[in-house]
Amino acid sequence: MTLSLDLLFTLAGVLLAMIALMTLLDPSHPKRWTTGMFWGLYAALFLAGHLVPPEWVGAGVLLMALMVAVKGVGAGSLKLPSAEACAASARRLGHRLFVPALAIPVLTMVGTLSAKYLVFGGLPLIDPKNATLVSLGLACIVALGLACWLTRETPVQGVREARRLVDALGWALVLPQMLGMLGLVFSDAGVGKAVAHVTTSAINMDLRFVAVTVYVVGMALFTVIMGNGFAAFPVMTGGVGVPILVGVYHGDPAVMAAIGMLSGYCGTLMTPMAANFNIVPAALLELPDKNAVIRAQVPTALTLLAVNVVLLNLLMFR
Amino acid sequence: MTSDPSLWPLIGVAVIILGFILRLNPMVVVAVTAVVTAMAAGFPMQKVLATIGTGFIKTRNLPLILLLPLAVVGLLERHGLRQHAQGWISRFKSATAGRLLIVYLAARQLTAAIGLTSLGGHPQMVRPLLAPMAEGATEARMGRLPERVRHKLRAYAAATDNVGLFFGEDLFVAFGAVVLMTTFLHEAGIDVEPIHVALWGIPTGISAFVIHAWRLRRLDAALKRELDAPVPQAPGESATPLHARQTEA
Repeated sequence: MTLSLDLLFTLAGVLLAMIALMTLLDPSHPKRWTTGMFWGLYAALFLAGHLVPPEWVGAGVLLMALMVAVKGVGAGSLKLPSAEACAASARRLGHRLFVPALAIPVLTMVGTLSAKYLVFGGLPLIDPKNATLVSLGLACIVALGLACWLTRETPVQGVREARRLVDALGWALVLPQMLGMLGLVFSDAGVGKAVAHVTTSAINMDLRFVAVTVYVVGMALFTVIMGNGFAAFPVMTGGVGVPILVGVYHGDPAVMAAIGMLSGYCGTLMTPMAANFNIVPAALLELPDKNAVIRAQVPTALTLLAVNVVLLNLLMFR
Repeated sequence: MTSDPSLWPLIGVAVIILGFILRLNPMVVVAVTAVVTAMAAGFPMQKVLATIGTGFIKTRNLPLILLLPLAVVGLLERHGLRQHAQGWISRFKSATAGRLLIVYLAARQLTAAIGLTSLGGHPQMVRPLLAPMAEGATEARMGRLPERVRHKLRAYAAATDNVGLFFGEDLFVAFGAVVLMTTFLHEAGIDVEPIHVALWGIPTGISAFVIHAWRLRRLDAALKRELDAPVPQAPGESATPLHARQTEA
């Protein structure tokens, strides 16, 4: 048997379904019906989304967005125990608390690195295409076991705690996937081609320095719009990089690709479209300003972008 | 450039920028943008829904990294993980938030550069460990922190994880982005070695470390200024800085 992403989708679906059920059964929740339906719908898309026609999934996604639009998704009244109780427990458990926490990254790493040796009867145990994610899922299961054993709690309490955190995240939990979906819609609709056409026809690139700057800044800007350097790379490299920097000015394509992609990453640091890196952590850390992480990153990103313009000019045309 | 592509789908870009400028709910903005873009491309309603549905199913792997560790992190928080992390770091007299984050930045970047990108991340590292440690180190030196300072430290902790990851992972030969770049260039008739793409990322990687580490040092200085000055900015909430504790440092 090969453990693949399907197992993780089922796991995530079951977790979300339990959270939805707990929400629906919670009379103290101010928005129990709409919030419960929101997570229930999300659970259903994890459990059965690949089995129904894609039109249904699309309709479900828009229904979820509608519930967010009418402010129907909110947090329940789950609270942590008092700070004193937490501190007392911290004194009792001490450094042992670190063990399950660090088990997640360490076991994920071990699983990823050993995936190619774990082959039984000709079948790999861990799907080699998704070794990291599958290992992460297994690591989380082992770590949950460790945490339950250490704290003498049941896995159901673990689900309750997960619900507390899911409540704190709210719709931000779904945003990365929404943006991933939008990226695919953009590419189906030909947005990338249109943007490349506009930039290349609007700016005169007879000066090498201008062309390099357009490429670097364009990678960052396009990433800001798309939220992902991977989406920007084919557009900018196909539109400016290959025909002009390599074709006209004979630059080194390896340098162009490396610095170009990293310029895209500077864009990732500055955009709410990269929700999983910028908006989700703000929600996860309970920051009142959803753009606080972006604000902390913008000076680094802009300085590095300027450095990249210089580096690409120096290194590409040796 | 052969034929001019249709410019209508650019309406989608305008919608999303407008949505973010007007600070509307991002989830709603994205949903509306997807519908508008697909309609601007001339898709019939059924294909609009199908495109959205297919895209959503294809990206189901994205929330996993966030969703799966939540039960463990929540249980440990209930039993004092954050308090313990804060207490532990405050025992190191030389620890400051800036120095802690610089060490983390270096570790995150180096491990990501050898492909170990999973040794970090916001749900499993920043929320339960790194952010509490940054708060704990600052609190041990400067006394009770106002909420604003706590939020700033948390934002910097999250930002440092991002910078370390982004400018480390690209230096790893087998990383997806490197493969994507070489594949794309190959399609365009240019062959480059993946190792060259990875190596030419190093100058930017080093620059990223220097720039961000320098800003983290400035963060320490700014925190010291801010918490030393007895300005009662937030009445009630702003606890008085404990000057007595700082004489040790």
